[in-house]
Amino acid sequence: MKDIVTVDHLRVEFSTDDGPVIGVKDVSFAIAPGETLCVVGESGSGKSVTSLSLMRLVEFGGGTITNGALNFVRMDGTTLDVAAASPQVMGAVRGNEIGMIFQEPMTALNPVFTIERQLTDGLMLHKGLSQEAATARALDLLKSVRIPEPERRLKQYPHELSGGMRQRVVIAIAIAMACEPKLLIADEPTTALDVTIQAEILALINRLKRENGMAVLFITHDMAVVAQMADRVVVMRHGSIVETGTVQQIFENPQEDYTKALLAAVPKLGEMKGKAAPERMRLIGDEAARAAQTAPKPRKPQVLLQVKNLTTRFPVKGGILRRTVAQVHAVEDVSFTLNVGETLALVGESGCGKSSCGRSILRLIEPTSGEVWIGGRDIGALNRQDLRRARADMQMVFQDPFASLNPYRRLKDQVAEPIQNFGLASGAELRDWVLQLFDRVRLPREFMNRFPHELSGGQRQRVAIARALAVNPKLIVADEAVSALDVSVQAQVLNLMMELQEDLGLSYLFISHDMAVVERVAHHVGVMYLGRIVEIGPRGSVFDNPSHPYTKSLLSAVPIADPSKRRFAEDLAFKPISSPIFPLDHRPALSVYTEVAPGHHVLQA
Amino acid sequence: MKRFKTTKGLIGIVLLLVILLVAILGPMVIPPDAATAMDMRARRAPPSLTHFFGTDQLGRDMFYRVILGTRTSLEIAVSAVVMSIVLGLPLGLISGYLGGLIDNVLMRLVDTLLAFPALLLALTISAVLGPNIQNTIIAIGVAFTPYLARIIRGEALRVAQMPYVEAARSSGTTDIMIMWRHVLPNIMPAVIVQSTISLAFAILAEAGLSFLGLGTQPPAASWGLMIQASRDQLDIAPWTALVPGMAVALTVLGLNMFGDVLRDILDPRAK
Repeated sequence: MKDIVTVDHLRVEFSTDDGPVIGVKDVSFAIAPGETLCVVGESGSGKSVTSLSLMRLVEFGGGTITNGALNFVRMDGTTLDVAAASPQVMGAVRGNEIGMIFQEPMTALNPVFTIERQLTDGLMLHKGLSQEAATARALDLLKSVRIPEPERRLKQYPHELSGGMRQRVVIAIAIAMACEPKLLIADEPTTALDVTIQAEILALINRLKRENGMAVLFITHDMAVVAQMADRVVVMRHGSIVETGTVQQIFENPQEDYTKALLAAVPKLGEMKGKAAPERMRLIGDEAARAAQTAPKPRKPQVLLQVKNLTTRFPVKGGILRRTVAQVHAVEDVSFTLNVGETLALVGESGCGKSSCGRSILRLIEPTSGEVWIGGRDIGALNRQDLRRARADMQMVFQDPFASLNPYRRLKDQVAEPIQNFGLASGAELRDWVLQLFDRVRLPREFMNRFPHELSGGQRQRVAIARALAVNPKLIVADEAVSALDVSVQAQVLNLMMELQEDLGLSYLFISHDMAVVERVAHHVGVMYLGRIVEIGPRGSVFDNPSHPYTKSLLSAVPIADPSKRRFAEDLAFKPISSPIFPLDHRPALSVYTEVAPGHHVLQA
Repeated sequence: MKRFKTTKGLIGIVLLLVILLVAILGPMVIPPDAATAMDMRARRAPPSLTHFFGTDQLGRDMFYRVILGTRTSLEIAVSAVVMSIVLGLPLGLISGYLGGLIDNVLMRLVDTLLAFPALLLALTISAVLGPNIQNTIIAIGVAFTPYLARIIRGEALRVAQMPYVEAARSSGTTDIMIMWRHVLPNIMPAVIVQSTISLAFAILAEAGLSFLGLGTQPPAASWGLMIQASRDQLDIAPWTALVPGMAVALTVLGLNMFGDVLRDILDPRAK
């Protein structure tokens, strides 16, 4: 069949104060009807610029298509070179014949209009439908994207919908303008979504493609999503194509070193089956480091952190008097222990209370009740002075390495800060200490005098780890510490964290939403849902024998980076997470657990 | 220092340097009586070779008066703004960072001051303290404080929620050190921008007070006083308003350009 889109030697430049910057160097590919082409690459690879060029939206971001042709076969069978089309023609094509889905479903919808208005405005304007006809069509569209209770959704505002439903509305709008857009461009459509919602959206895109014969251009950084979605794959790096091939070729027989390295860095759910201890990632060009991994020293289990019945609630204020009218039960009766030198992973979807749990343990937020014991000391009972001193034992690494470093301070000062706080060293001694920390996290020493913006995301996260290590803590709470990083960088940081654990006997409370990463690093896993731990136990036991229904659905939603294990053929509908907000007089039941295997506890329903 | 080499930075700096030189050296260089000597035969004379900028309603040379007024106007405006920063910065910083009860108490105080128009407040203070330059500075400085405190509080509130502040707290940094090391540098851009705008308003506020007889006292010269004196002769001698008006405009322009550049220099990301 004739290709719907042919991109030929595309080159895009951006003009900046320092001269032109090349966004895309030289990219060519074609998409046939009914085919999904995945463009995969790390940040800065030019994958989004390519998709924006196809819509000619790149000009709004200051870019110019300086070379190449973008041939698109229109509805009437004529071929249009998008690169040379007039703005009027593009206005007719955009949204009408090419649909686009963006990453962030909240910002793509206008918060002050109802869902009905968002859908019908465009229909009335572009299609000339009457109000009634447009509303009827809007309802049809919501049904076609399988939103539950579509009639009620029409009258709701975006903030009343869950992230998954919002993204469904965005997809409905994308396909609204035409009966069947010939090309759907999806730019990281599931990156901001939880894994169960991601599974739903991926299944939806697959179904729309199958039913309408659409071509799909799918932009993503996630190799697991590529394996699940793609017919063909384009691997991009630095604005050029590294490798093109069918999804089987790319995953089973990659030709280029970069593709191999990229694949090696992706943790695959299930590959740790039968292994007792966490294992470092096998990175290309890093074999030496891996060989150096010693077998874990047999350690007598020694409890470092013990959490008993931890509960944290936030007040919801309302009314003119700003009285507390309800409470968010962020953490509800959570108990667990963490041994010296081990990693406990808390997994769950956004809003499940895993971050609040980590912060409550460090008393960055004050827990409502419960006890936290670290090394035989009750953290909850400490006064301000003692708490400040106790913080030397427990440090934190945050998710966003761009926001967790002060942009106005030199890196050496930021790493030195905890040491100075506790008056542990000064002068030359302090300098040497900081030097060693930079060596420890494998950052070049000349970075010491730099500012955060001069570093890449992975390098910044290393600085954040160095800062956390500075005062020789026993416990590090890593709150989504690798989630914002590119996959190859993520693997390096994970390896570094595991290496530090082996060498220094650190304990990690590893908070993450990524099951595949958790499977790699954790000794024990706790699954959180609505503020409670619903299942906790040794990693192997929880992953091989998930016993709580929520754990099962969570594991079934995780995409696997292996095209031979596809899971999202059918439409999926996971139960949306209910609200953790309860009235003031709500007395939640205590958490009661059943032991299904040694050390493996499941919450009783 | 690359940023200074932009056209904007260069213009701003040259303008400010010239104005500063005039303010410092001007009163020493011009003939001693030149700005106050009246010439009743040459009242409201248009600009000419003998009087570059013309003369005012008493036949005083506008060129000399503008030069003499530069020092008064800048002295009052800069001192008043510095004073409002000294008062408003700690107020806003503590309020925004600590929040809670302290924030509530401090901000209700600031709200009370905000309830009066700034000029009315300055007028009252000035009237109570008596008319002289020092009291004018105090009056304007206090009147401008609530606006600055409000803006700084907003910024401090935003910065206090940044992860690097949480990171600092979790590594045992005390509140005072967090405010000093982390919050203060990150709110400086807003302080600088607000200060340059305040300087322009302070020059005009001084004019307003002088007009009501509470600011600079004749025969001393200030730009504001000159603008106010020109009000009933705009139709016959427009230069009496235009000349000091241009002086104010150029100063504000220079300050704004310089403020923008200063903000960029202080931001390590912009280098």
